[in-house]
Amino acid sequence: MDSAIATTQEHEAGEHEHVFVPQHRHHFETEEQQREAGSFGMWLFLLTEIMFFGGMFFAYLLYRNWYYDAFVAASNQLNVKLGAANTAILITSGFFMALGVWAAEVRKKKLLVIYLILTTIFGFAFLGIKYFEYKEKYELHHIPGASFDVSQFENPAAYGLKEQPLAPDMAQKTQIFFFLYFAMTGMHALHMIIGLGLLFWLLARAQRGEFTAGYVAPIENFGLYWHFVDIVWIFLFPLLYLINRHPLK
Amino acid sequence: MSEQHYHDPGNVTNPEHAEHHIVTPAQYAMVYVTLLICTALTVLAATFDLGVFNPIIALAIACFKGVIVILFFMHVKYQSNLIKMTVGAGFFTFLVLITMTLSDYISRAWGLW
Repeated sequence: MDSAIATTQEHEAGEHEHVFVPQHRHHFETEEQQREAGSFGMWLFLLTEIMFFGGMFFAYLLYRNWYYDAFVAASNQLNVKLGAANTAILITSGFFMALGVWAAEVRKKKLLVIYLILTTIFGFAFLGIKYFEYKEKYELHHIPGASFDVSQFENPAAYGLKEQPLAPDMAQKTQIFFFLYFAMTGMHALHMIIGLGLLFWLLARAQRGEFTAGYVAPIENFGLYWHFVDIVWIFLFPLLYLINRHPLK
Repeated sequence: MSEQHYHDPGNVTNPEHAEHHIVTPAQYAMVYVTLLICTALTVLAATFDLGVFNPIIALAIACFKGVIVILFFMHVKYQSNLIKMTVGAGFFTFLVLITMTLSDYISRAWGLW
């Protein structure tokens, strides 16, 4: 058996170069093949994530068409400045993640660690702002459920809001908007929390120099995940915060 | 075809096989600045009353941002055709699901509005 394998390897040796590196798994012919298989697998996972978020995006699309007035009124209660700031923060985090992949590729350990730390910091900044946004909604009783308060939507003038008052049945539908808001941004935030956990793990490994000796796959695949989370937010921001902002001006 | 018909289970001699490409920090910076500008643009566009074009513009900008993130930050531009097809197939399937489900909802009360 041993000799059979030895013969095969000898036989193949002349056909293409075998560079043996510690991370190279024996069931892959070449390291490049291993790398592509990894990216392929990561993308398949991300496609299931598209379907997962896609269900919520579809629910949003349908209810937005059915209860447009309620969606406008509820959406206008979100803070555009915080939402836009969070978009910029998340893009910045993604930018540092992309630079991290580059640092790993060119084998700069210190830079990789710095970029991963910056990615983490901006990730936490995003969640921090999200916390204040959620807190405001909690204080205003805008979390759907038994203690949801529709008075702001039935009588906006009493709250100093320049909105059209909604009929009681339509005002109740603002709960659907807020339900989707919390479901979508909540699932997005959960993805970020998982990502931040993974970042600490990658940071510890990066510090040991595991990714700056030619083995970049974990950093690259985590980067794909982190950018995917970015893309979800890129769509969430205009859909949730910017439905119909112009009457306020 | 060629006489060099040799054993190649790793598929390394496939002409479609992508070269390993490293995206430079300068390219990343360009994409980053573009993304920030687009974020400002989408907020600005929302303050104008453009009727049905408001959501269209918002989604168009979001799609553009998504595409450049996928192409450059996620390196799809420099990946093999297999990966490109996989990504494209995923989004295409998503669009099919949206279209089919929407056509169901739209046609349920057909003629009743």
